[in-house]
Amino acid sequence: MLYALKIATRYLTANKAQTALLITGVAVGVFIFIFMSALIGGLAEFILSRTVGDLSHITIEAEDSDPAVLIAPEGHVLAITERGRTRTATVAEAETLLPLIEAVAGVRAVSPQITGAGFLTRGAQVSQVSVTGVEPGRESAILDLDGYMVEGSARLGSGLIVLGSDLADDLGLSPGQTVRLQSSDGVTALLTLTGVFETGNGAMDGTRAFVSLPVARTLFAMPQGVTQIEIKLNDLNAADATALRIRALTGLEAVPWTDGAEQLMEALNAQAQTGYFLKSFALVTIVIGVASALMLSTYRRRPEIGIMRAMGAGRNFIIFVFVAQGALIGLMGGLTGAGLGYLALLPFPSRDAFQPGTLPMDITQGSYGLAVMLTVMGAVLASILPARAASRVDPVTAIGQ
Amino acid sequence: MSALLEVRDLFKTYGSGETATRVLRGLSLRLEAGEMAALLGPSGAGKSTLLTILGTLMKPTSGSYEMLGVDMISADDRALTDFRNAHIGFVFQFHNLLPDFTALENVIFPVAVREGRETPAARARSRDLLVRMGLADRIDFPTASLSGGQKQRVAVARALMNGPELVLADEPTGNLDRASAMQVMDLIGEINRKEGTTFLISTHDEKIAASCRRQIEVGDGMVTG
Repeated sequence: MLYALKIATRYLTANKAQTALLITGVAVGVFIFIFMSALIGGLAEFILSRTVGDLSHITIEAEDSDPAVLIAPEGHVLAITERGRTRTATVAEAETLLPLIEAVAGVRAVSPQITGAGFLTRGAQVSQVSVTGVEPGRESAILDLDGYMVEGSARLGSGLIVLGSDLADDLGLSPGQTVRLQSSDGVTALLTLTGVFETGNGAMDGTRAFVSLPVARTLFAMPQGVTQIEIKLNDLNAADATALRIRALTGLEAVPWTDGAEQLMEALNAQAQTGYFLKSFALVTIVIGVASALMLSTYRRRPEIGIMRAMGAGRNFIIFVFVAQGALIGLMGGLTGAGLGYLALLPFPSRDAFQPGTLPMDITQGSYGLAVMLTVMGAVLASILPARAASRVDPVTAIGQ
Repeated sequence: MSALLEVRDLFKTYGSGETATRVLRGLSLRLEAGEMAALLGPSGAGKSTLLTILGTLMKPTSGSYEMLGVDMISADDRALTDFRNAHIGFVFQFHNLLPDFTALENVIFPVAVREGRETPAARARSRDLLVRMGLADRIDFPTASLSGGQKQRVAVARALMNGPELVLADEPTGNLDRASAMQVMDLIGEINRKEGTTFLISTHDEKIAASCRRQIEVGDGMVTG
């Protein structure tokens, strides 16, 4: 078959302009495939990083115990203890579990937290606030607090608090000033504002306050344990599987971010489906282009096919000559398109530095190998019909042309 | 001499029904090994159809055909292709070379297609043949740059490449001037004498026919003389 490959190569090089045009057509198709892969993949990355990036990928929340029920000897319920408004359940063994969770593969950061509600008071101004107590030094383990600071620093410690920008504005607070925080448990503390963050998320910027874990223990009368453990992963797409592993390891209810994010997942899936359609159209275009070009070549070379058959070339030899042409066109067009696609994507910022207003192209999601492989396969498939037609050429009729 | 091939009661009809054209009508012929025969007859007598059938490129409507003891009628396409490659050479009126290949690449084709590659031995033989054809200085030339006579000599070299027992030539000099035609015929005659290759040459030219040791007249689909 080495000789058939030589014939195929000679046919392609005999008409350089036509072959170059054909390879360019295939390369454009591959370029579109790669561009769409990078765009759809980058867009998905961008949406996820914007919506889920600042959230916990897996959350372990303390489970409230079932309400106490008083049952009469006859069997009917006499009284039920109503659940209180404040959170009382704790992950008591958090200290023991943290090293275990941190050792799970794919876990980037773990943040034990105490959360609760309260009121911030400054003069006559009062604002409802959602308080999160985090370990000093782990302020940015889940939410990139450092990255969102617009004033002061994210440093937390005894008597310190960090607020969202809208909340700080409402209260007319600047770093260094003090504010009174009363928790839902009725504990009051005077805290100094060390920094103001702005995430762009109105709910977060207008209601969230961060304090250190010891401050939160005092505010919510929780000398031991935490109310939740937030976990950040290296790959947020691995949340479901990692949550299962943590559940098995700790026996606690580890909830991945995908629970309750069905609409987001559906939107991302729909987007991915759109990408598949567009990429499929690009491949179909390649297949049609290669098939029509080879069909034309088959027709033009009928007399030569007849001569080769007369000289003892079998049908399989003829088929191989034309399929090899298809494969070579696919390979050269695929490699050219992949190279051009990579070069075209180089100027776009990396996935970690997407800027608002620019296309979120992810050069790492170009699917270059897949594009080349599918193109070669498509081109081979496209060449089968012309190749079979060539192998069935009647040598007597063809030579007489 | 022993029989190289024998056909009996060959019939060939093109088309069917009212448009059917019967070209061969019970033609019988025996060719001995080493013969150099001219096939004569008017246009439409069936010369080209007979050569096509003898070259295993087409099967007759009925009749028998044996060459080197092999039944050519019952053989399938693959067997006929292999047989043709090993035992039969063709020279066409319009040389029918592969236009995108050099003289040497055209000559080497029958062996390369069988071997799957251009072996050094095949390259050496094709060079020798081209030298014998007086084309030593044209070996690596693209065939498009050769004259009509040179192309036909390349075609003769290609027909001899596999050392075939039979070479079928359909008007091999029909497209050449007198000098080139006689040059080609001299080469064919020399190969026939020295190597014993059998030639069956279809021609309208009486001088070409006279240079062959046997003349076969075909008329109305049968051998008439």
